[in-house]
Amino acid sequence: MRWLFNLSFRRKIPLWTSFLIGVSIFAVGAALMARAYDDMKRAVVVSADNLAHTLANTVAPTLLHEDVWRAFEIVRSPIRAKAPKTPVDVDAVVVLGRDRTVFVSSHPAAMPMLSELAALGADWRQLGAEIDEATNEKWPLVLEPVGSNYLYLTLPVVHKDAQLGHLILRYSKSVFHPWFIDTIWQALGIGLLVLAVLIPINWYWGSRMATPLVDLAQRMELMPEKVPDPLPPEVYPYHDELGQLFQAYDRMVLALRDKAALENEAIKSERLAAIGQLTAGIAHEINNPLAGLITVVDTLKLRRDLDPRVLRNLDLIDRGLMQIRDTVAALLVQTKVQARPLNQHDLEDIHTLIQPQVGKRRIKLDWSATMPAELPAPASLVRQILINLLLNAVEAAAEGGHVSLWLGRKDGEETCLSIVVRNDGILLGDEQLAHLFEPFASARAGGHGLGLWVTYQIVTQLDGCIAARNVNGEVEFVVNLPLGDIPCSTA
Amino acid sequence: MDMEKSIPLPNRNRRRWLISSGYLAAAGLIGLTRKSQATGRKIRVGMTPAFLHDQHGLLDEWRAFMADSLQRPVEFLQRDSYRETMDLLRLEKLDFAWICDYPYLHLGKAVRLMAVPLYQGRPHYRSFLIVRKDNAQASSMADLAGAIFAYADPYSNTGYLAPRYEIRQMGRDPVNYFRKTFFTWSHRKVVEAVASGLAQGGAVDSYIWETLSHVEPAVTDRTRVISRSPEYGFPPFVSHRSTSAADFQMMQQHLLGTAASEKGRALLARLHLDGFIKGSPTLYDGVARMMRAFGEA
Repeated sequence: MRWLFNLSFRRKIPLWTSFLIGVSIFAVGAALMARAYDDMKRAVVVSADNLAHTLANTVAPTLLHEDVWRAFEIVRSPIRAKAPKTPVDVDAVVVLGRDRTVFVSSHPAAMPMLSELAALGADWRQLGAEIDEATNEKWPLVLEPVGSNYLYLTLPVVHKDAQLGHLILRYSKSVFHPWFIDTIWQALGIGLLVLAVLIPINWYWGSRMATPLVDLAQRMELMPEKVPDPLPPEVYPYHDELGQLFQAYDRMVLALRDKAALENEAIKSERLAAIGQLTAGIAHEINNPLAGLITVVDTLKLRRDLDPRVLRNLDLIDRGLMQIRDTVAALLVQTKVQARPLNQHDLEDIHTLIQPQVGKRRIKLDWSATMPAELPAPASLVRQILINLLLNAVEAAAEGGHVSLWLGRKDGEETCLSIVVRNDGILLGDEQLAHLFEPFASARAGGHGLGLWVTYQIVTQLDGCIAARNVNGEVEFVVNLPLGDIPCSTA
Repeated sequence: MDMEKSIPLPNRNRRRWLISSGYLAAAGLIGLTRKSQATGRKIRVGMTPAFLHDQHGLLDEWRAFMADSLQRPVEFLQRDSYRETMDLLRLEKLDFAWICDYPYLHLGKAVRLMAVPLYQGRPHYRSFLIVRKDNAQASSMADLAGAIFAYADPYSNTGYLAPRYEIRQMGRDPVNYFRKTFFTWSHRKVVEAVASGLAQGGAVDSYIWETLSHVEPAVTDRTRVISRSPEYGFPPFVSHRSTSAADFQMMQQHLLGTAASEKGRALLARLHLDGFIKGSPTLYDGVARMMRAFGEA
């Protein structure tokens, strides 16, 4: 039985409802059937009672005058020539005299005149006993002997207070049955018709309700390993509890996605912060002895008695130390510099500065910068950000490709500067996106791998944010920088 | 309209009637007879269960034929028992009647023998003793002692007098010979009573049983004739003593002439009769003898 309850809703709902429809139709049918049977019996008794009264009245004078033939004609009159066809067709009529012998019967061959009632069979014997015991209130006496195929109705034949005998009507129950079976077939036909209409509707409705549920269950199953997709809105566009459930699920999925994204972002930031700290620590540790070394080398170089070979080596060491210093300087992003505000000339400078690379790679540069004469952003840092992003974009773009810059205030936010740089180069992979802003993450030849790292460090130190993504077949970098103390919204 | 003036009034003499009959026969050819029959005093004919009196279509045709032929309105009065017809005769409510031979003798001088039907060419019939077809044992009246027995009518010869006479001839008293007896008030119903099993035996007019065996063989097929009585005079047509000689003659001529016309023959065929003869009261001596045996005449 358990497997039945473990079935998918897709089957369970239609099955159960079909079962319930079947049971209801059967129950209603059976109730109506029982009622029909009762009604039929009542109709038979009512009809029998009417007939019995009429016959008893008409047959009374014949009993009085011993007119057997007249009585026979009377009791024969309700009998059809052929076997009874409807339940209200009387099967046989018997008139008993005072002595309880048959005065006349509609079927004299089977129930001959003058026979004792008991001689006619068990039914009649029981009938005789019932008549003997019957009180005045009991008429008409309706008798349905157990195991008998007949129903009997008895009335006394009375003429002016004198009881002359009894009139018995016999109805065949075997006529009831075909009649009743006809009714059953009819009811069954109607029931099947109703089922034929209801079951497809029910299956459709059931699967309509079950499909989104099954879908939902399958998606929930994926959790918590993976945040599932939201349900397509057309699956169940209604607002009942099921609809509410799906809406709640959708909200939950979105919230989970946001949470996951946020977590990812936090992990990334933490990682980058840790790397920043580590690199800054290393850089400081290197910088202190480095400064000493450089001073020593400089001092040594000032000596005139040096062997030219040594001098050559000193130059070599000096250049090496200089490279180390540059690298360490690059790692140590310094934003706490005295900053002048950004102005139009800075942008023009940058435009000019990148022209050689743009020209070399025949890049189409789309430049859209709208800003007032001055913005309260540190000019040198913004310039570095712009140069880094633009040069990266020009490098990443296809030969003869396309690079665009959009700079301006972020939509709806007066205190937020937004920089968007796009290129039509190869899109960023997930792995790349995950480690984009880490130092030496770039696999590109020709770069030292610190451009985006530096940019990231600058942006975060300015309390801004930087993000990269693929949009419409282009790689997009977005930088938002707060112009003041209010941070930019993350949206 | 001229024709109507020439129609004979009742109780005119016979010559006049014969002339008019001839005249009317001619009129009949031009299709005016139906209209003209409506005048004159109505002739009242009593019909008894001496034949299959419940063949209403046949009776209507016979009445129309009679009215046509007599040029007088004719009324058939049907009663379900001989007694009622006898009473109507006694009360002079009938001019003529077709009655059983036994009532004819009973009525004595109140009626006049007018015509006797010919059945199978002879003015005779019998009483049949019948039992149910499935009763294979009974072969005579002796086997029916203690049975339930159906009589036709207390004034029927073949349906009452003759079987009782037979019992008496056996030296038994017909009053307690049977366990129970009852009247069905017609011969046909005796056949039905025996066929249905209501009665174990019955006495019936041979003419009626045989006619019925042609008309409704399903009923007679369920019965079996176990004995046939001697012949008796066929139930006669009688006129009331007070009926005028002219009407008597007119009716007698009409009956005797029935077999002469094609329509009459067709009618007789349906009645299973061959015609009418004047007959003689001596035809009924057998019945008179039986009546005397019961101290009735």
